[in-house]
Amino acid sequence: MRYEAPETLDTAVALLAGARGDARVLAGGTDLLVQMRYDILDPELIVDIKRIPEIRAVTEEEGGWRIGAAVTGAELKEHAALGRAWPGVVEAANLIGSTQVQGRATLGGNLCNGSPAADSVPALIAAGAIASVAGPRGRRDVPVEDVMIGPRKLSLERGELVVSFLLPPRAKGSGDAYLRFIPRTEMDIAVVGAGVSLTADDAGTITRARVSLGAVAEKVLLVPDAAQAIVGSRLDRAAQERLEAAARAACRPIDDKRGTVEFRIEVAGVLTRRAALIALERARAR
Amino acid sequence: MAKHHVTATVNGDAVEFLCETEETLLDVLRDTLHLTGSKEGCSSGDCGACSVTLDGRLVCSCLVLGCEVAGRSIETIEGMATGETLHPLQQKFLEHAALQCGICTPGFLVASKALLERDPDPTETEIRYWLAGNLCRCTGYDKIIKAVMDAAAEMRTS
Repeated sequence: MRYEAPETLDTAVALLAGARGDARVLAGGTDLLVQMRYDILDPELIVDIKRIPEIRAVTEEEGGWRIGAAVTGAELKEHAALGRAWPGVVEAANLIGSTQVQGRATLGGNLCNGSPAADSVPALIAAGAIASVAGPRGRRDVPVEDVMIGPRKLSLERGELVVSFLLPPRAKGSGDAYLRFIPRTEMDIAVVGAGVSLTADDAGTITRARVSLGAVAEKVLLVPDAAQAIVGSRLDRAAQERLEAAARAACRPIDDKRGTVEFRIEVAGVLTRRAALIALERARAR
Repeated sequence: MAKHHVTATVNGDAVEFLCETEETLLDVLRDTLHLTGSKEGCSSGDCGACSVTLDGRLVCSCLVLGCEVAGRSIETIEGMATGETLHPLQQKFLEHAALQCGICTPGFLVASKALLERDPDPTETEIRYWLAGNLCRCTGYDKIIKAVMDAAAEMRTS
């Protein structure tokens, strides 16, 4: 098993594209090393991307924020300005694992691990985050909802890797939130996750919204119908009921040891409503 | 393929070692550097018994590759006491009987020290959340939490 830690993106892409066998990107390693340990993966090449400066940076860009794919959860939590602009994204990232895992786990890894239950992904999709992808044919921008296509399956081509995420500029009166259900208070995998980002005008009427659901389908879903259900409303009880119904209608979950189909669908509605209420409260405070 | 030649700093000392790609930092610490204070519990990042700091950041050494730490600084449980003088956390764990079998203890101590370096006055709830990634199957946690709170209080006044 080869290990490389290139210092430039071009070298990383060339290594990934030129690998003879399975090549894996190493960011925080909190999924990759476990999968290697359990013999789920046995890559020929590991490319550690943490020595590439732009993959490890958080920078302001045209009024928005660009977050390197290998910035850790602990680093996101310590970034006060980012937390003020996108509290839901930062909270979602900080729900992943323990303090020790937070010291390593990254947004890029959480997405590219390809789990439908990834906590940070619904928050990123709700935020309208765009992944910047580098590959043998250059750079391209991919909306986060289009990166994952199924469990452990990504739309990335051979040699491509996610470099960073661009969170758009925040309009006045905007807020986001992410909630998940787990059977305990900490350290578990989402049974359902719901991310909501919205903007409200001075009267408190929602003008824009994005809703995303995790762990209720083969991939993390963007749910335009749920967003449509609350745009134009002030999230009164009728709008909340429309939102719950639209969220539930989008769910196509599996039964497993962590939750049944019926339970996941029910909880998806509840969490979406609660996340929307938190997002609106945050929007009104700004 | 040849082993990786890695130089790093462990508990303030420069170290050099050879490792295979698939060897974890925990493997290197225990089997190559013979620092066996860091324990192997789950090998999947769930139990925290292998906790160390990497450039000041608390991590599970079972989730770090040995070759990743080139040029970086690692602190383990072996670096916690000063000679024969125990760190206040170690002393308070003894006074509060915050350990039984002791396998989880190095991880709890390293994690608690990392917390108190960031926040010298954490609440009980903050301590419980910070230490949620350290599992103990003997004490039931209360004695551990009390020992950390007592150590924090002593360290604030000394």
